[in-house]
Amino acid sequence: MSERREARGALRLQGLVKLFGEVTAVAGVDLELPPGKLISFLGPSGCGKTTLLRLIAGLEQPTEGRVFLDGRDITDLPPHARDVGMVFQTLALFPHLNVAGNVAYGLRIRGADRSAMNRRVEELLGLVDLPGLGSRRIMQLSGGQRQRVATARALALEPRLFLLDEPLSALDANLREQLQVELRLLQQKLGITTIMVTHDQREAMTMSDLVVVMRDGRIEQTGEALEVYRRPATAFVAKFMGSTNLLEGTAARGGRVMVRDRPFALDGQAPSEGERVLLSVRPEDAHLEAGVASDENSLPGTVVFVRDLGELFECYVDCGLEDHVVVAGSPRERVPVSQGDAVTVRFPPEACVVVRE
Amino acid sequence: MRALRVVLAVLVVMFLVAPLLVVAIVSINPSRYMDFPPGGFSLHWYGQIWADTGWRSAIERSLIIATAGAALAVAIALPMAYVLRAYRVRLTPLLYGLGILPFMLPPVISALGAQVFWNGVNHIGRIENVIVAHGIFFSTLPLITISLAMDTLDPALPEAAQTMGANPRKTFRTVTFPLLVPSMITGYAAAFVLSLNEYIIAFLVAGFSVETLPIKIFNSLRYGFTPTIAAVTVVFIGLATSVFSLFALFGNLLRFLGADPAVLERQR
Amino acid sequence: MSGRRRPSVRSYLVLAFPVGMLAIFFLTPFLMMVAASFYRRISGGFYEPGFELASYTRLFSGLFVERALFSIWVSLVAAAACVTLAFPFTYFLTQMRRRPHVVLLVLVMSALSLSEVIVGFSWSVVLGRAAGISNILVWLGLMGEAQPYQPGFIAVLLGLSYIAFPYCILTLYPQLSRLDREVSEAAQTLGASPWRTFRTVVIPIMRPTIMAAFLLVFVFTLGSYLIAAILGRPEHWTLSVFISDQASFNANVPFASAMAMVLTVLSLGLVGMVLLIESKTRRAE
Repeated sequence: MSERREARGALRLQGLVKLFGEVTAVAGVDLELPPGKLISFLGPSGCGKTTLLRLIAGLEQPTEGRVFLDGRDITDLPPHARDVGMVFQTLALFPHLNVAGNVAYGLRIRGADRSAMNRRVEELLGLVDLPGLGSRRIMQLSGGQRQRVATARALALEPRLFLLDEPLSALDANLREQLQVELRLLQQKLGITTIMVTHDQREAMTMSDLVVVMRDGRIEQTGEALEVYRRPATAFVAKFMGSTNLLEGTAARGGRVMVRDRPFALDGQAPSEGERVLLSVRPEDAHLEAGVASDENSLPGTVVFVRDLGELFECYVDCGLEDHVVVAGSPRERVPVSQGDAVTVRFPPEACVVVRE
Repeated sequence: MRALRVVLAVLVVMFLVAPLLVVAIVSINPSRYMDFPPGGFSLHWYGQIWADTGWRSAIERSLIIATAGAALAVAIALPMAYVLRAYRVRLTPLLYGLGILPFMLPPVISALGAQVFWNGVNHIGRIENVIVAHGIFFSTLPLITISLAMDTLDPALPEAAQTMGANPRKTFRTVTFPLLVPSMITGYAAAFVLSLNEYIIAFLVAGFSVETLPIKIFNSLRYGFTPTIAAVTVVFIGLATSVFSLFALFGNLLRFLGADPAVLERQR
Repeated sequence: MSGRRRPSVRSYLVLAFPVGMLAIFFLTPFLMMVAASFYRRISGGFYEPGFELASYTRLFSGLFVERALFSIWVSLVAAAACVTLAFPFTYFLTQMRRRPHVVLLVLVMSALSLSEVIVGFSWSVVLGRAAGISNILVWLGLMGEAQPYQPGFIAVLLGLSYIAFPYCILTLYPQLSRLDREVSEAAQTLGASPWRTFRTVVIPIMRPTIMAAFLLVFVFTLGSYLIAAILGRPEHWTLSVFISDQASFNANVPFASAMAMVLTVLSLGLVGMVLLIESKTRRAE
């Protein structure tokens, strides 16, 4: 088995729509994905990410739209004729077969001869760090082990696309983080085009080359994980990818935004005058100062709550906005304030991102 | 694959409906003999059911037996299901097994046993024999439905009643019993329909003097066909399926059959 | 129910009614029947208390053995036919969307409300010579002359399958509706066609349930009386018909009782097997 292959698995989705009776699960998705990367479909439950994955796998038929894989229109192909491997949320391991039987299932259908099949099974089990466990029954395995068997099974036929539907959601937190790293390393080693559905933004950021943020059946934003984090396009993306402060203001002359009658300078972005503007500033980018100041890009406020977690320091400040402003920082940045103190929160221009509603 | 699914469904439906359809066609055929295609349309034979006292009394008898028998079945099942589920009784599996046993065995066994019994106590050929025999035989059904309801009953409810001052009897009367009523009705309906349909027990126990509807139909078949039998059959089907529909409407049929509610939700 | 209380005197009294009823009207008759199997038969259709094994030795006679074997044979075939039709049907049923799903289920379960005598009569018409299938075929010109298919072995088989069908679905439905849809989907993403998925994944996983359904139908049809009596000639009679016949028309209650004992043991054994399978399935979950 080659560890690096020519890039295959270039996926293109064209105008995909999926209706279930009256319910619109996917409301028009156009997407072109590069091969060889790990892409996450990220969003809250009900946003259509799983439906989209199932459309790619052929487990659902689109109401409208086409699916192309490496240039070929596979929309009308049933799942067993598409070259995809999938790990399901419930893992869906065959209870009546042992580990080797599960992993070899696809190979047996292809008609591999016995010895070649056994060798391949051993190879795959070694790849997912479960050597020699072929004869175990599924019931005897731990959650993490089952996850790896499901992975090995999906990869057995060297598919063009490797699809994962919330593969780690059933595991406890520690195991999940460990497997996130393992899966990512495996994907990089094989160079296989991988699409993963998750609602966990941290998981997406840990593992992905690209992130596709979805909402109500549509794509809100696509891009590299860190880019999407730093430059969210909409308030939804800003709030979903971690926590953020949203500041409402009006655009003024000179590319500035007036927030509560305080001028805010921006870094590069220039909304037109009079427009209502929403600014997103991450808590870790905001700074806290004791006392009241009246410079640009700052707001006065009163400390409402201090949350000192040792490794992390958070301060909730009432700046007269709809929500409390949250300022976060590492222990080094801790400012000696307590509840009721008058403070100033600074929002540096390069941290203020204009986001759509 | 989709085609196969539809074909299979159609085949099954045809298999289930065909005999009934054929009998319905025969019942409206004015001719005295069974022939095909039917000569016309006539409800004469339905009228005969009413006119012929033999059929009318057979229907009456069956209804009486079913009404009383099903009531007896519930009367037996309710205390048993309640006590065995509410209290820790020794020998519960044994007693429960006793309750299930009549229905698990082929009916001819219960029928023969009942015949030997009533002959032995010299109380032969009476309608009460059939009522009691049916009540016992069909008590398993309400036993199961009421036990299931007891299992899904939130134990906090009677406990809450007791913290508010209700003694066990009052708790049962005002909290537990009302919650069990749907399962009692389900059990009653099931026992009713099955009693209506039952042949062999009724026959061996008092068949020669108490002619129930199934007995009369079977006897009539031996003596040769009259279309009245077909008409009776259609009426009988209507009666039984109406009771069943009430039963299906009353309870959540799919849940009762053991489907997983979460799975049902997924299938929009 | 958690925290079950210890029974009070009153609850024991309450329990006394059903247990008493069952003891008087079920256990006693049963035991009397056991006793009767040892009684001596007198002419005129009566029997007197005694103890002889004449009825049991008659069990080894050719006639009974023949009847018993035929009974078992026809029940086995009916069970096989029933399960073979019901299993794929129930599988598809559980995959349907809610509306057709419920409609079909209600339709099939309605068949439960049909009396065996009605089913027997209806099939005798369908398979008869006057207004049945063969008449339709003659009318359509596909057949020369109408043929009766009843009474006969096939007729009995069809009738038994018909009455057992809803019970078969009742047994298969709970487990099939719990089958994880994603397991079949996984097989398909691995290259298995729907038919192959059904054969190599669904059926093996469902094997205990299929077995249980088979055994249940087997027991159920063993106990059938009317279908065989209406749709079969005496050579097609099942044990139940034979027993009933001996008890009523031949007035040989001891012999009938002895046969009933055999049937009891057989049925209990089979029901025991079904319960064993179901408890193993539940433990595996």
